[in-house]
Amino acid sequence: MENLVNVYFFGKRYQVPGDLTIMTAMEYAGYTLTRGCGCRHGFCGACATIYRIKGCNELKTCLACQTQVQEGMYIASIPFFPTDKRAYEIKDLKPNQQVMMELYPEIYSCIGCNACTKACTQSLNVMQYIAYAQRGELEKCAEESFDCVSCGCCSVRCPAEISHPMVGLLARRLVGKYVAPESAHVYDRVGEINRGEYDALIEQVMQKPISEMQELYNTRDIEK
Amino acid sequence: MFTENMLESIKKVEASRAARMQTEPRRMTAEEKSELLKAYHPDYRAEGFAEIKIGPNKGQKAPLELAQLLHSNSRLLNENINLDNPAYDVDVLVIGGGGAGASAAIEAHEAGANVMIVTKLRIGDANTMMAEGGIQAADKPNDSPVQHYLDAFGGGHFAARPELLRRLVMEAPDAIRWLNELGVMFDKEEDGTMVTTHGGGTSRKRMHACKDYSGAEIMRTVRDEVINRQIPVVEFTSAVELIKDDKGQVAGAVLLNMETGDYLVAKAKTVIIATGGAGRLHYQGFPTSNHYGATADGLVLGYRAGAPLLYQDTIQYHPTGVAYPSQIFGALVTEKVRSLGAMLVNKDGEAYAHPLETRDVSASAIIRECANGKGVDTPLGSGVWLDTPMIEILGGEGTIEKRIPAMLRMYLNYGIDMRKVPILVYPTLHYQNGGLEIGGEGFTKAIPNLLVAGEAVGGIHGRNRLMGNSLLDIIVFGRNAGKAAAAKAKTVTLGKPNLDHIQAYAKELEQAGLNETGVSPLLLPKYARHEK
Repeated sequence: MENLVNVYFFGKRYQVPGDLTIMTAMEYAGYTLTRGCGCRHGFCGACATIYRIKGCNELKTCLACQTQVQEGMYIASIPFFPTDKRAYEIKDLKPNQQVMMELYPEIYSCIGCNACTKACTQSLNVMQYIAYAQRGELEKCAEESFDCVSCGCCSVRCPAEISHPMVGLLARRLVGKYVAPESAHVYDRVGEINRGEYDALIEQVMQKPISEMQELYNTRDIEK
Repeated sequence: MFTENMLESIKKVEASRAARMQTEPRRMTAEEKSELLKAYHPDYRAEGFAEIKIGPNKGQKAPLELAQLLHSNSRLLNENINLDNPAYDVDVLVIGGGGAGASAAIEAHEAGANVMIVTKLRIGDANTMMAEGGIQAADKPNDSPVQHYLDAFGGGHFAARPELLRRLVMEAPDAIRWLNELGVMFDKEEDGTMVTTHGGGTSRKRMHACKDYSGAEIMRTVRDEVINRQIPVVEFTSAVELIKDDKGQVAGAVLLNMETGDYLVAKAKTVIIATGGAGRLHYQGFPTSNHYGATADGLVLGYRAGAPLLYQDTIQYHPTGVAYPSQIFGALVTEKVRSLGAMLVNKDGEAYAHPLETRDVSASAIIRECANGKGVDTPLGSGVWLDTPMIEILGGEGTIEKRIPAMLRMYLNYGIDMRKVPILVYPTLHYQNGGLEIGGEGFTKAIPNLLVAGEAVGGIHGRNRLMGNSLLDIIVFGRNAGKAAAAKAKTVTLGKPNLDHIQAYAKELEQAGLNETGVSPLLLPKYARHEK
């Protein structure tokens, strides 16, 4: 007999195999998921979940698809959380501290409790990236927040009502567009293509018989 | 965390490492590859396929699970849907909220069209979000779109539609430019040069990446742009059938609210199917790297309305899915792990093949090793080693954390430190090479004003796709579809809407003696224990 553990979905007890994730355990228990299930591999943040182990005081947050069940888990999924995203036109912004002040002024209400960092399902230093945003250090904010999957667990726990994932996202877009050095080789190639410099060559290769293409392919040199 | 037999085998991997690192494994000849594929690739297993009995591709093969959906009736067959009172009335209806759908919506909006997205989960719940390794574009001085064409054409077994592949490679650099200007944070050198690596089957280093969150970084950026533009996104709402008019043009779709069960009607002058892949159909029992909603819905919608499929019998199994531990079985281990230097190694510590053969060849070679007793037994089957500690030796300490943080995190969750020990992999169902047939401008040939973009398209890649050409195709063909649909919508006059094709399809099914009891499209896989 497989090793079964007791878990509690929304307070109701189910016995499930102990090697399942919270997500597959819910399905084992009979749930048909619509909300709270997305990529199932830890990239989309759809399955933000909050739990407490019976008898322990500590409240934990996790992604249901990336977390194995444990005996005595009391589990509630967070099917939707109203994070507060501000609308903007990226092309009208400037990459400075002022942008953060205007779009997300609540970041300056941070009380330094670090609940966001503790709640992060990706083990990011969330409070630190918010601090970078406050100071207009956009590159550092972008780098520190890069692995964010926008599950929103940080925002759920924040007493200052900050929508952290949205702050990180804004910083990354500003850095990607304005701060990171420009890639001249991309613009050069786009220009060459737009001037038609590859038209004849590509047309030629499209017309070649398959046998000739096979020969070209099988003997092409491969960059080391 | 590893079992006894795994630990025994790891010793052999470690013992052979220094010697293996001295030589690059030989690449297979064209003949060797062809024989390997025939012997071991799942596409060659006849029992995994059935003949399509009705419709435009009648007589051709499709995977069993897809054929079953094509042989099923519409869930609207006995419903009375009032088409004259639409809940939405738009120029461009985008079905699907992944990278292709979002790119299409942005460009349609940019062109001034009234556009909306419907998606059965959330915008961004899509395979795009999970693409890890990167996006190809020939934008370095030693590279050219022609070289990119040759790599992709050969890698796809010379079966790609030239007009589609031309568009893919020629518009690739502009796709990178567009994404960069939207604010996607590509990996760059200090002087702005993009960091590029090899993928399986590439002859130039043209894989651009955003660590190993490449798809996620692209998806969250285009999603943010969609939201900033206030393009309506109706989430948890599936398209369950296309609507046509009395001139045979597409005229919108019937939608299903996934939470309330209500049907709604969206009237549209043009429709873009951007519904993605089919991994959740679990062809031949394979696990999948795909997201929860990858159930080939768009193929079924289009086919029932009369649009032909192309290469629906070719599936991509990504060579390196997680074989162990079971909690993440089938999850993607990005090809970038091999781009960064990790070798594929069997139970005895032998590097049995070059790590960067094309995906179909690499997957077949893993299946061969495991079938011949050279795999490592796992609780759910078997697998071969991906020798990840090599990456740290080659690139220096910290390379894994910097370049593939998602992989490191995924394994650390289960107590496996891939910097120190190798990981076990086995092929996972990854990509639908085939799909609905389109012309170079993105339109289906059979149904006026119906476009397709992204993984739901067949023919861009031929019979196998190279790493990094899918993130590229969703952007290139998504953008194009959005522009083309917006332009076309200006000239469209809709006639009287109908769902007659549903009845006609039912009649064809009956005449062919098919009586599947289920309905299609599937919408979501049946994973609850009582539904299995």
